[in-house]
Amino acid sequence: MINVGHLATMLPGGRVVRREDGTVVVPPVTRRRLPVQRRWHTARIAAWQLGILVCLIAYWEVGVRVGFIDGFFWSQPSQVWTSLVTFVGEGDALVDTWFTFRATLLGFAVGTTVGALIGLSFWWSRNYATIVQPYLVCFEAMPKLALAPLVVLVFGMGLSSKVAMGVALTMVVTTLTCFAGVKAVDSDQERLFYSLGAHRIQVFNKLVLPSVLPWIISVLRINIGLALTGTIVGEFISSQHGLGRLILYAGEVYDIALIWVGVLVLSVLSIALYVIVGQLERWLIKGVAHGAATGAAR
Amino acid sequence: MARLTARWGRSAAADSATLGAVSGIGTLFAAMGETRGCERRKETRMADTLGDVPPPSKIHLKQVSQIFETPGQPEVLALDRIDIDIAPGRFVSLIGPSGCGKSTIFNVIAGLLAPSEGSVEIDGEDVTGYIGLVGYMLQKDLLLPWRTVLDNVILGMEIRGVPVRQARERARPYLERYGLAGFERQYPPALSGGMRQRAALLRTLLCDTEVILLDEPFGALDAQTRSAMQEWLLRLWEDFGRTVIFVTHDVEEAVYLSDEIYVLSPRPGRVRAHLEVPLARPRPRSIVTTDVFARLREHCVELLGPAPTDLPADVAA
Repeated sequence: MINVGHLATMLPGGRVVRREDGTVVVPPVTRRRLPVQRRWHTARIAAWQLGILVCLIAYWEVGVRVGFIDGFFWSQPSQVWTSLVTFVGEGDALVDTWFTFRATLLGFAVGTTVGALIGLSFWWSRNYATIVQPYLVCFEAMPKLALAPLVVLVFGMGLSSKVAMGVALTMVVTTLTCFAGVKAVDSDQERLFYSLGAHRIQVFNKLVLPSVLPWIISVLRINIGLALTGTIVGEFISSQHGLGRLILYAGEVYDIALIWVGVLVLSVLSIALYVIVGQLERWLIKGVAHGAATGAAR
Repeated sequence: MARLTARWGRSAAADSATLGAVSGIGTLFAAMGETRGCERRKETRMADTLGDVPPPSKIHLKQVSQIFETPGQPEVLALDRIDIDIAPGRFVSLIGPSGCGKSTIFNVIAGLLAPSEGSVEIDGEDVTGYIGLVGYMLQKDLLLPWRTVLDNVILGMEIRGVPVRQARERARPYLERYGLAGFERQYPPALSGGMRQRAALLRTLLCDTEVILLDEPFGALDAQTRSAMQEWLLRLWEDFGRTVIFVTHDVEEAVYLSDEIYVLSPRPGRVRAHLEVPLARPRPRSIVTTDVFARLREHCVELLGPAPTDLPADVAA
């Protein structure tokens, strides 16, 4: 009897009933099919996505016109559109976007490169790595955005302070990721290299670098977002150009529609940056396979 | 060629210098390597049967001891005065229960671990602590996933400074001859376990080291692949004529492949017995059913002592 009860808990049947006298009744197993989700056609999905967007915008516009959404705080799509046209047609759209774009890319490139170099350098000396590690952790724990006023004071109102913010945000993350990658290098593979009589520089070039590359690639996407954040915050503090400055200015003069324009352009910029990073990733991944061929040629 | 046919027994050092020069020539080496291998073994056998000249030593572990020290724990004696002397071109197996320090011995020979006592000599020269003088193949194939099979195989040559193009040209015929034709441009994940081991073994052989250490190279393969790989290894060994030290758990594998067997005791690792395998080569598969083979295998199993199930208690003691 006990065995039956034990078995019953394993069967995909209905509820197991235990009678007063201790015997167990196992209900018959109900037949069930594997639940299958039917996948929709891409066009149908796209139609839904577009439909939801249109509904949201329509709700917003109608809401403001009818009066149940406060147009003073939220503005309305038609006004945003007018502002956008003015901004692109007569304003500094190109100058501002280009400024932010440049600062972000520079911050990203410098922060990632320097961070990766520092992270990789830890492979060379364990003592050095151990000495530096607490500083790294401290700097990582520090809210770097809080440093923005200082950074702007030191680097001035121009491009360099925005780049510096981007670097401050991206560098330590990259260093820590690279360090983790360095620590994850297969020690057996390292042993193999040394058993073949390799010099340290050969182990570094032919084993450590390709092993850590996927870690660097994984951090690229995070970094581009961080660099953009750094740039915008730098522009918030003090700047003459840039989308961050535009948004701040619009807020100060209660031009809500312009804020939305700024956010919109920023989103487009962000997408463009992701595309660039995606390209960079693909290029680097190819480099791993290819690097063995060309890098080895010395 | 005349130099190669010279009796190597008297001038092992000079011979190795010649070989070093030959190995640089590349494709020519393939043909020479084969003749060299055959002659060597013939002579080795002759020396054994005649018994007039003591076999010269290719690699000699002299009273090697290894003590591992961990702070706060009693020190562990892993190897106790291991003395192993191997003549050129021999195939020698080390067998022993797990934890007998077989891998430690290999690490010492490969220069990856400094022995607490004793020394390693190759061709009579003290090479303790030098890396890159012997080929070392671990149980894992350790092929680099971002390199093609061909580029993995040339890794050793590349590290030695052979230009990549030359190294590739030299390696290609070997890949074809030894069952990796058509896979040169594939990446390791596309290969079966047996093929990966072949690639790893070719990588070890193409380093031009005279001594090859194989640490349970077929341990992770299924029985069928394993026996195919054994045949393949013997063919390779006969072609290349290198001195091979082979570590295995499998007594039958050891007897089938080797000229000599060293039986090691559990920790601390000591040489418990040194056996000659009096079986003629080439050895057909059916040799495993002969009396000599069976007796030798039984003898080895006896020497290995308690079954692995008793081992934990033994180790704890």
